[in-house]
Amino acid sequence: MKYQKNENWEKHQKEIADDNYYLARSCIRQNFFPAAEDLFMKILANDLGKNIFDDPRQTTCTGIAYHSGVIPFETTMTVVARQFALMTEAGFENFVCSCVTSFGIYSEVIETWQHFPEKEKQAREILKQTTGMTFEIPKNLAHTSDLIYKFRNEIAAKATYRLLNKQTGEQLKVVDHVGCHYAKIFPEKGVGGAEFPYVLAGMIDAWGGAQVDYPERRHCCGFGFRQYLLKSNRGYSVANSKMKFDSMEPYKPDCIIANCPGCTYFLDRWQYVIAEMEGITYGENGMGIPVLTYEELAGLLLGYDPWDIGLQVHQVAVEPLLDKLGIQYDAVEKYKGINHADLGQPEKPSVLKV
Amino acid sequence: MNLYEALKKDIRYQEGMKACINCGTCTAVCPAAAVSDYDPRQIVDLVQKENEKDLEELLKKDDIWRCGECLSCKTRCPRDNVPCYIIQSLRALSVDSGLFMHSEQGRRQLAIKRTVGDHILEYGYCVYIDEVSNEMYPEQGPIWKWMRENRTDVLNRLGASYKQDKAGALRNTEKQSLIDLKKIFDATGGTARFNKIEEASARYAADHGIEFSSGHDEYFNKTYNGE
Repeated sequence: MKYQKNENWEKHQKEIADDNYYLARSCIRQNFFPAAEDLFMKILANDLGKNIFDDPRQTTCTGIAYHSGVIPFETTMTVVARQFALMTEAGFENFVCSCVTSFGIYSEVIETWQHFPEKEKQAREILKQTTGMTFEIPKNLAHTSDLIYKFRNEIAAKATYRLLNKQTGEQLKVVDHVGCHYAKIFPEKGVGGAEFPYVLAGMIDAWGGAQVDYPERRHCCGFGFRQYLLKSNRGYSVANSKMKFDSMEPYKPDCIIANCPGCTYFLDRWQYVIAEMEGITYGENGMGIPVLTYEELAGLLLGYDPWDIGLQVHQVAVEPLLDKLGIQYDAVEKYKGINHADLGQPEKPSVLKV
Repeated sequence: MNLYEALKKDIRYQEGMKACINCGTCTAVCPAAAVSDYDPRQIVDLVQKENEKDLEELLKKDDIWRCGECLSCKTRCPRDNVPCYIIQSLRALSVDSGLFMHSEQGRRQLAIKRTVGDHILEYGYCVYIDEVSNEMYPEQGPIWKWMRENRTDVLNRLGASYKQDKAGALRNTEKQSLIDLKKIFDATGGTARFNKIEEASARYAADHGIEFSSGHDEYFNKTYNGE
């Protein structure tokens, strides 16, 4: 089904470089979805033949600390300048970051330097004094989901599976959750803009699924930076995620995809918490709604083994989605290490079925 | 310290404060307002009136710490104000002026500094698996407990570079990169803000008989878990 708003969304396009990217990793993704970024690079390099560089000298952009109020913007701007210097030294001009908070930070720093050139001068001077480095501003700045969006049709052409229920032939219903900092700060920097971002919806369309247009589609997942980081404030986070789950549940989604590391994590883990605290589950038969990153979904459709791409470390079980897609998997291998090493099994949640 | 004089130097304030018409759109779309009494419209309106005494009182309150910085307000304000940017400038001023120690939420900055802040300088990233225990983050659930207990094996299985000196997820950030970060923090006010939070917290702890040293001391636990 071609969603009727798509024509509006497609008016808001951005330039996304065609090849040769410097990758900036995410603080959150490396920990909670530790195979996702490597899968992204494999899809880019092996399936699409693109050149992407993973620099061991890179660091955080400091975005989480900045948005929590523990460091000044000047610190963030200079750390970002160092990241750009690393890109420059490596011989790249196209910068792609794996985190939506980072995408907002890099966009914001570049925008700030345009409006306040003295801040760029200051960042250059401090970077030179402290590290000896100089930098060029990237010619093209993209989020990793932008690249999967750009190549969504090529991925569809190579895919083994489509977003169809193998048993019924019906389109799978996919919720797209776009991280706030992808386009709400600078709508023109996101595919489709802020009100109708198309970056994930375009993948759903291209891969044969059906978008779910539910009332709280654009609402924040509830990260809230300092609101989640402190245990004493965490109710903010789960309450906002619950608002979204309650809103999407009547549409019976088959899965959720998110382009922000935090959102993916919260939409996965808060389902577990809501089940344990309230006895509420949002999937079928006491299970949750599987939550995937965009490249995890692309990887599945391209035929990657779900346990090679890290789907076993999601708290909400992904098997209902695999079964619908008709993907074969070895249940015994799910929690094995290298060479089938026995690593035991995670405990079962008391309410959420996995 | 003239608070408005300092506030107006902050580029975030310059960008965020145009002229609020009190329409309340920011509050209508705000996730913090959806789950608490937080009201960005009221804050923006108070700040634009430029009453020094009212600003000082605001900087002592929990209210400025309720925003989640999602920036949904930036998209929707019909007059191009950015309540979140104003909040960022208020938070910075609250710490710089020391007024953050008057509010419970302000005092909690110590716990964020000692987690995310310190992790940046120790690991090169805001988050690091060794520091994320199920006790501190119970919502991580049993899958995280299993993964964390078997992290060397699981991360090797998934192709990460955990504890290794090579490119990849969770690698050891090289020493020179950490030195660069520290120098940047020293030169740009990052270290100064860390010190300000630590020193003000130490004084508060001494005044209130709370054990204060480093890491997860009694003061940290009170601010992280709630007083």
